[in-house]
Amino acid sequence: MHISLQNVTFRYDRDPVLKEIRVDMDRGDMVALVGPNGSGKSTLIKCINGILPVREGDVLIDGASVRTIPAVQRARRIAYVPQTEQKSVPMQVFDAVLLGRKPYIQWRPSRGDYERTAGILERFDLVDVAMREVHKLSGGQQQRVFIARALNQQPEILLLDEPTANLDLRYQLETLELLRDLAGGGITVVIAMHDINMASLFASRVVMLKGGAVFASGGPEIVTAEHVERLFGVKVRVVQDNGNRFIVPDRT
Amino acid sequence: MNAQSVLAKYSRHIRNRLLFIALVMIGIVVVGMVAIVSGAAGIGYRDVIAVFSGSADAATNQIVMQIRMPRVLAALLAGFALSVSGAVMQSILRNPLASPFTLGISGAAAFGAAFAIVVLGAGSMVDAGSLYQDAAASTRNGLLMRLGDRYLIMGSAFVFSLASTFFILAIARYRGVTPEVMVLSGIAIGSLFSAGVSAMQFLATEAELAAIVFWMFGDLGRASWQEVSVLALVMVPVWLFFTVMSWNYKALQSGDEYAQSLGVNPFRIRLFGMLVASLATAVVVSFYGIIAFVGLVVPHIVRRFIGGDETFLIPAAALFGALFLLLSDTVARTLFSPVILPVGILTSFIGAPLFLFLLLRGLGKSYWN
Repeated sequence: MHISLQNVTFRYDRDPVLKEIRVDMDRGDMVALVGPNGSGKSTLIKCINGILPVREGDVLIDGASVRTIPAVQRARRIAYVPQTEQKSVPMQVFDAVLLGRKPYIQWRPSRGDYERTAGILERFDLVDVAMREVHKLSGGQQQRVFIARALNQQPEILLLDEPTANLDLRYQLETLELLRDLAGGGITVVIAMHDINMASLFASRVVMLKGGAVFASGGPEIVTAEHVERLFGVKVRVVQDNGNRFIVPDRT
Repeated sequence: MNAQSVLAKYSRHIRNRLLFIALVMIGIVVVGMVAIVSGAAGIGYRDVIAVFSGSADAATNQIVMQIRMPRVLAALLAGFALSVSGAVMQSILRNPLASPFTLGISGAAAFGAAFAIVVLGAGSMVDAGSLYQDAAASTRNGLLMRLGDRYLIMGSAFVFSLASTFFILAIARYRGVTPEVMVLSGIAIGSLFSAGVSAMQFLATEAELAAIVFWMFGDLGRASWQEVSVLALVMVPVWLFFTVMSWNYKALQSGDEYAQSLGVNPFRIRLFGMLVASLATAVVVSFYGIIAFVGLVVPHIVRRFIGGDETFLIPAAALFGALFLLLSDTVARTLFSPVILPVGILTSFIGAPLFLFLLLRGLGKSYWN
């Protein structure tokens, strides 16, 4: 599904948090949004799925303004994995993933909803923990639950707000590989993330945000020492290894 | 394990929840039968059967059909209403302390009743002695309030409890319908009204004071078929509404933004949920006075058995609340027989230690974090 951000400006109060963002994302893209804290990554994600109402500029989903798509229709096409999960009453893994069927549920789930949920649990290797409480799982497993729940919406667009932030290296790789596979399957995946090396390793497109504006946008090759230095205001250098380029802090 | 075995496991899990609900329903039938035959007048099961088959004498008929039956139904409906409201409020405000009582709705109703008694001059006919008598006996003696006065007090309690709800909702609308705003404004409104009740009590004459105090003890002895029918008429749509909405409440548990991404409008859901829950509470409180702790404690007890999934919690809490209040009222009626204790006093006595017990047993840790 195609996402087109057209001069999106967003303000919580008076000062704009996003300034005239113009980006296009295609079906099957894995887009990494990178930038310093407070650069507007999370805000941009919430503008794409209409959690935050865009009043200046527009977000077009396959040509239709996100504002004009009814909330339930939107939820059937765009899934969202928030950065932090509100904790209240504990929920079992099966129930949590079943919740992803909400946009299809009137007042109770159908047989098909249960079967699809069981299928997704199997696919995500969560069957053994299906009856356990989500918050008692490891960070990596929790993230898998949240992504499984999002996919249970059968979305064409998947938005994730720093899905790798609390994960160790192995789970980071596991999660990003999973997301890359999903993008390969035709879902447009948009990820806000901090790790620029992971972004350049996994993303098909990188959007650098600075102060609410697009600083640079393009393929992973735009992750250069010069860009990163200007983006984060730190000195870095590029290390080449096995055909991959890595940005490391320059402490010499 | 594969998908099929997960489904089988989950079905068992659902069956267990349904089993709990079924057990509660059986409990209601059993306690209901006990409640009908217990009391000062010696009525046995055979008499009850006689009443329903139309072969009982007039006095037995009168006691079963005009006193015991409405009282049992009132306990069931009031317990149902208070508990379902508490469960919904706790869910949509994501706060384990939310209940009709803690959000100031009962306090506002108490003020409304006091206002009617002191300022509007209702209920000064009440005799404090009626507290210790069978409600029907005092009605016969004409010692209870005049009928018009009773409705004036009910109406005033109802108006004030709805007014407080609208006030809380208005603040929430202005400041953003967040759980924090609602809970805190509820507490503020609640203490304002309790100050108002104190002021009314200070201004009241002795007879009025007695009437206020009598009203504030939540008591199901005031139950008549009229009130029971009104309550039933209100509770049917309330019940349907909450059943249809339960998946939205479930979505709210994972945070407002996530709920929005599922197509749920958290503001609207919270607003209407609060409104309907408050309406149900307001009806109960204006009819029967303050029955504390039921709305707070019952959802917590039920969560211990079947977990926090709203789609099961809401019906289970409603039914368990009905059972809980019926049991409490039956105990209150028989404990110091022939003296009838107002059930509100008993629920406070049971509710507070029960709540502490749940708290010590890790309510905060395992069921709300």
